[in-house]
Parts: sequence; structure tokens; C-alpha cells
Amino acid sequence: MIRFENVVKQFGTNRVLDGLDLEIPEGKITVIIGKSGEGKSVTIKHIMGLLTPTSGRVFVDDRDLSTFSFEQLMDLRRSIGMLFQHAALFDSLSVFENVAFPLKERRSMKESDIKKRVFEVLDQIGLPDIADKFPGELSTGEKKRVGLARALSPNPRIIMYDEPTTGMDPLVSEMIDNLIVDVGRWNPELTSIVISHDLKAALETAENVVMLYKGKVQLAGAPDKFRKVDDPIIRQFFAGKVEGPMEFM
Amino acid sequence: MIVLICGFFIGAAVSLQVGTIFVIFGAEGMLGAANGKALSRELSPLITGFLLAGRAGAAITAEIASMKVNEQIDAMEAMAVDPIDYLVVPRLIAGVVMLPMLVGIFNLVGQIASVIVGVMIFDIDQGAFFQKMTTIVTPEDIWSGLQKAVIFGGIISLFSCKFGLEASGGAKGVGVATTTSVVTILLILLFVDFGITYIQIAL
Ligand SMILES: Nc1ncnc2c1ncn2[C@@H]1O[C@H](COP(=O)(O)OP(=O)(O)O)[C@@H](O)[C@H]1O
Ligand SMILES: [Mg+2]
Repeated sequence: MIRFENVVKQFGTNRVLDGLDLEIPEGKITVIIGKSGEGKSVTIKHIMGLLTPTSGRVFVDDRDLSTFSFEQLMDLRRSIGMLFQHAALFDSLSVFENVAFPLKERRSMKESDIKKRVFEVLDQIGLPDIADKFPGELSTGEKKRVGLARALSPNPRIIMYDEPTTGMDPLVSEMIDNLIVDVGRWNPELTSIVISHDLKAALETAENVVMLYKGKVQLAGAPDKFRKVDDPIIRQFFAGKVEGPMEFM
Repeated sequence: MIVLICGFFIGAAVSLQVGTIFVIFGAEGMLGAANGKALSRELSPLITGFLLAGRAGAAITAEIASMKVNEQIDAMEAMAVDPIDYLVVPRLIAGVVMLPMLVGIFNLVGQIASVIVGVMIFDIDQGAFFQKMTTIVTPEDIWSGLQKAVIFGGIISLFSCKFGLEASGGAKGVGVATTTSVVTILLILLFVDFGITYIQIAL
């Protein structure tokens, strides 16, 4: 389980997280929603220790991240897979080398085992034949899927997706949403965290939804709770309207 | 390649300049020696450093900056790989090794140009030319230039990486980082060159 306790994160005078209390259950798909610039990416970067709180604490498996040694933090990062918004594949490496990257850099795995594992995940994401291509030769949807393969190759316990469908056409979006659900099914112990600003799509994939607003959790719970709630801010977000009580920066 | 061309023409130009002055004193036999000293101690490391900063340095900054703005650096850290180990260290080693080698080539080609200018334009006897050159240009001259080259190579690599890693703001950020990086490195090289020369002469 991942837990945020009264986390404040401030960049200069810009207070992005303002006493955030948050729980992310194990083995489920949690979707974090909130409008652009609300601090969603900042939130998940805290889970890997890529950012540290200005005050407050972040726990992973009941262990306070601020007490981690460098090696413990690296171990934690090795157990987390992350799919970046634009896939963030290494342009100078082939698809194979990209997917093999976390395996090669991490542990002493045999060359033949690495190869086997890479083709296994490429197969899972439905792109078995592109190992020798380079990121520049792939479509956006393919890049995303390779990014997912790279995140999955070392068998993470936690996988995080930063806006996996933002800017994708509807077909690719749906394919990626389906893959996220599939990945969760292949490994029931896997904790998935998806960042999204599309509440409707989020409710389809999520088992647990968290909405961030003004640096705090506005509402958290099962998708049904979101469908029924009267909160005007959530209704406005649902409708995707500018008029309403929600404040824009 | 560019180092060869530069080395040749700068060697030739310096020899011409120095030669025309030395003729006044009837000392044109010293031409090779003067050119050798100027090149190996000063011009060769500095100009080769400039070339490396403009080509390899700019390429390094552009590459790393584009990795940075595309979240590839974040991705690397998220996979528990230190970008310093993975990206900076090999480039630092390459810079520190490459630049002295290029300076060696620059010296050699510049000196060949000097022989050609000396023999063909100033009619210096080949034997005298080499005799003067080898007694006056000492291994220390070459060595002091190579010391500079090692330091310049390190500066170019480190600052090119630094500006790349600090880039922000999309494709425009990559351009900004690259220009800032090259200009800053050129200035640093000039300062450091003066500093090292001062120390070398004082010692
Ligand atoms: N490393 C950083 N330094 C300074 N400000 C940052 C940094 N990362 C994010 N921010 C700021 O934090 C706010 C939230 O950003 P982010 O978490 O990326 O939003 P989003 O919810 O769209 O993912 C933005 O105002 C952004 O400018
Ligand atoms: Mg974001």
C-alpha cells in the first residue's frame, strides 16, 4: 500500500500539494484525476523518490521513504515500472535495447534470459516483430506500447502510467486503456496507478479513483461513488465545463 | 578532418607571419621553432578545444537536452540508473582522451605546413630548419599543450553535459541549451587557458 500523510510540496512560492492525504490500495487499478497542472505528475514522482515532500511523509508498504538509504531507494525504483506521457524511449537505442535496458542495468541476468524476457513482453503488448526498429520509426501508439513493455520487463510490483492516453486518437486510447486493464489481470498482485484528466474514461478502467483539487484529495473511492456524488466540483469536472465552482489558474 | 585542415592552415599562416618578421632580422631559420612553440603551447590546444566545443560539445548538449525535455532522463532515474554514470562519465573520459590526441594531430599538421612554408617561400635549408626546431621546441612545450588539452577536454565534456541536463521547455529549450553551452564553454576555455599559461610560466 502507498500512503501520503499530510504531504506539502512547494516549488518556490508555488504550493502544488497542500497537505495531501492519500491511500493507494495494493493489487488494484487506481486512477488519479485532476485538471492539468493540478500536481498529478508531482504526486507520482514522490512515490519513486524523484521528488521529496517539503513537509509530510510518503509511505510505501508502511515504510517512510524519507528514512530510506540510497540503496533502498534504488531497490524501490527497481520494483516500480513507469510509463511516461510521451513514452520517453531512448532514441539512440533499438526497441529491443530499450526493453532490455532495465534488465541489463539492474541485475546480473544472463544474456539469453534477457532476450527471452524481452520477446515475451513484446509479445504481450502485441508487437512481436519490431525489436530491431528504432523509436523514430514507430507510431505514437507503438511508442507507448514499447514504453509499457519497458516498464513491464523487470516484473514490477507497482506500475504507474502518466497520462497514457492524452493526445492519442480514440482508437489508440481505447487500445491502451484495454492494455492497462489486461496488464492488471495478468498479474493480480500488481498495483496500477494511472494519471488521467478524463474522468469518464477513468471510471471505465479504474477500481479506485482519486480526484485531486487544489493540492488535496477532493474525493476518493470506487467509480460508483463518483457517478452518484453531488459535489458540484466533481459534477463540473464530469461535464467538462468551464463554468462552475472550480477555479482555474 | 576539420582538425587537419585547421592545423594545416593555421600552421601555414603563423609561419608566414612569423617568417616575414624574422626575415627583417635575418632569422628566418628560426621560423620552424617559433611556429612549433606557438602552436604546441598555445594555439593548438585552444583552437582544437574550440573546434571540439563547437562540434562534439554542441552535439552532446543537444543530445542530452533533448533526452531531458523528452523525460528520458527522468525515465532513466526511474529505472534506478544514474544519468551521471550512464551519460556523463563516458563522455568525460572520451573528452579527456580525445582532445590531447587531436592536439597531437594539430601539432603535427601545423608543423608540416610550417616546413612547407619555410622551405618553399622563405628558402630555408631543410637541415637547418629541423635542427633549430628540434633544439628549441622542447618536449616540455608539447607536454604543456597536452596538459591544457586534458583539462580543456574535461571542461568541454562536463559543461556540455551540464547544460544538457539543465535544459527545459521542449524543442526550443534544446536550442537555447546548445547555444548557451557553446558560448559559455568558449569563454571558460579562454579564461582557463590564460590561467594555465600563467601558472605554467610561473613554475
Ligand atoms: N520540477 C519542478 N520544478 C518546479 N515546478 C514544478 C516542477 N514539477 C512540476 N512543477 C509545477 O507543479 C505544478 C503541477 O505540475 P504537474 O504535477 O506536472 O501537473 P499535472 O497535474 O498536469 O501532471 C505545475 O504548476 C508545475 O509547473
Ligand atoms: Mg502531468
